[in-house]
Amino acid sequence: MRRVSVIGGGHTRFMANSPNTGLELLAEASMEAVINSKISPRDIQAVYCGNVLGDFSEGQGMIQSYLANEIGCNYVPATKFEGACATGTIAVRDAAMWVASGVYDIVLVCGVEKATAMGTPLATRTFAMFGDSRFEYPAGFTFPAVFAMLAHLYASRYHIPLEKLKEQMAYVSIQSHYYGVKNPNAQFQKEITLEKVLGGPMVTTPLQLLDCCPFSDGAAAVILASEEVAKKLTDKPVYIAGSGQASSGHLASQYQYLPRIQAREISVKQAYGMAGVGPKDIDVCELHDCFSIASIIAVESLGFADFGTAGKLWEKGETKINGKIPINISGGLKAKGHPIGATGISQVYEITRQLRGELVDQGRQVEGAKTGLVDTLGGDGIVANLVLKRD
Amino acid sequence: MKYKLNFYTYSNALKKNQLLGLKCRSCGTITCPPIMVCRKCADSDQEVVQLTGKGTIETFTTTFVAPMGREVEAPYTIVMVALDEGPWISGNLIDIDPARVDMTIIGSRVTFGHKIFPGDSYSSGQAARPLFSINHSLQLMENNI
Ligand SMILES: [Zn+2]
Repeated sequence: MRRVSVIGGGHTRFMANSPNTGLELLAEASMEAVINSKISPRDIQAVYCGNVLGDFSEGQGMIQSYLANEIGCNYVPATKFEGACATGTIAVRDAAMWVASGVYDIVLVCGVEKATAMGTPLATRTFAMFGDSRFEYPAGFTFPAVFAMLAHLYASRYHIPLEKLKEQMAYVSIQSHYYGVKNPNAQFQKEITLEKVLGGPMVTTPLQLLDCCPFSDGAAAVILASEEVAKKLTDKPVYIAGSGQASSGHLASQYQYLPRIQAREISVKQAYGMAGVGPKDIDVCELHDCFSIASIIAVESLGFADFGTAGKLWEKGETKINGKIPINISGGLKAKGHPIGATGISQVYEITRQLRGELVDQGRQVEGAKTGLVDTLGGDGIVANLVLKRD
Repeated sequence: MKYKLNFYTYSNALKKNQLLGLKCRSCGTITCPPIMVCRKCADSDQEVVQLTGKGTIETFTTTFVAPMGREVEAPYTIVMVALDEGPWISGNLIDIDPARVDMTIIGSRVTFGHKIFPGDSYSSGQAARPLFSINHSLQLMENNI
C-alpha cells in the first residue's frame, strides 16, 4: 500500500440560509481545493462525494455526477457516500484506499449539505431518520433526544450531579464559540457565557439550545494524492497515517456498553494501530461535538481522559490551544457549523491546516502540531477516525 | 433465510400488549426488539418468546422540540428501560407530568403497554411503540419480598 497525502482543500463559510445552491457550494469548495493543490480539474481521476439530505432539502439526488460536470472533470467515476453525520469521513477513508492501492494518483473528496433550506421541523424529522425507524422514531426520538438520554445516563452511571455535568457541558459550548470567533468560515462568530447557555430554551432535557450544534449549509473539499505526486506539488505534505471505521445497531441495542460508544473505541483503535500512535501522540483533535455531552463522551473513548472524568478537561481549559489536548480549535460542529455531508471533510481539512501551520494568522494555531486526529459519528451507529501526520 | 420474528409480527403483538422477543437456543440470550440473529453470538437458531414487559428505567429525556407532524405530542418523555429479561427497549413514559420528570425516575420499576404511531409521509405505515408507567405497587411488592 502507498502512502496517501492530503495536498490541499477548500471550504465555504458554514451558515444558515446560504444564497447558493448545494451544487454551487460543492463546486466552490471543490475548485478552491483544486486551485490550492496546484492541479487542474482534468487531473482528478475520481470523485468521492458526501451528501445526505439533498433529496429533502433541494429535491436533488445524485449530486456527485453534476459536481464532476460542474468543475469540468468529465466522465470520471463519481460516487456518493452516506453515513449520516459521518458521511465526509467515510468518503475520505474510502477515497484514500483507492489511492493507497495504486489505482488512482489524484482524487477529489467533497461534501455538502444545505440543511437550513428544510426549516427546523422538516430538518428535525430528516435528522431523526438516522435513528431506527421501527424501534426509535415511533417513540418520538429526535437526534438531540439520543444525546439527552446519554447525558442522563452518564450522570447516573458516573454519579455526577446533573447540575455539575450541565456546567461542564456548558464549558464545551463556550470554548467552541471562543474559537468560532477566530474562524472566518464559522457559522457562529460570537462568544457565549455560562449564564447564556444555562438560560437558553430547553430542547430536550437536559439539553438546552446552546448544547446543540446548528443546522447548517456549507461545503468542504480535499484533494488526496499518492506520496510521489504529493511531493511534486507541495513541500508540506500531510499523510493519512491511519484510519478506522465501525458500525452498530440502534441506541438501546448498545445497552451493555452505554454511555460508552463501543463503535468509537473499535474504530479509533484501528486508526491508532495503523498509524503506530496512541492518544498521547495526538497534538490536536477535531471530534464530533454534535451536542456538548457528545464531546465529553467522545474524548473518553478516544483515550484522552478516564471514563467519567472528561468534563474536567473543558472546565480547566485543557482542551484549548495550550492545553493538554487541544480539541475543536475550529469551533467544532457547535460554532463552526454542521452541514452533515461536509463535516468530516471539513475536519480533515482543518487538521491538515493545523499540521501545515497555516492557522497562525487566525490566532488558532497549535504550535508545532505534527499528528492530528479526526473523529466523526453518524447517527447512533457509525464512527470513523483518521490519524493525520506530517513528516 | 426467513425471519423468526419480523417487525410486523412484533408490532402487531405490541398492539395486544404482548412483548415478543427471541431466545437463543445456543447461548440463551434474549434479543428484543428482534433482529435476524442472536444479538450476542449471531446464531440464527432462535425461538420466539413472550417477555413480561416489566423493567427498570435506565435513562430518559423530555422532548420539547418535536419533528415535523408531531408537534402536538410535545412535551413528551422518552425512556430506555432495562427489561427483567436483560435487553433494553425504548418507549414513552406516561401517567406522569413531563414537567415533573427528573433524575429521580431512574431506577423506577415500570409496567408496560403500547401506543400506535400512525406513520407519516416518510414512514411505511403505522408502528406500535411501548408505553411505560411507573408502578409504585410493583416496587413496594418487590421491596417486601
Ligand atoms: Zn446466542
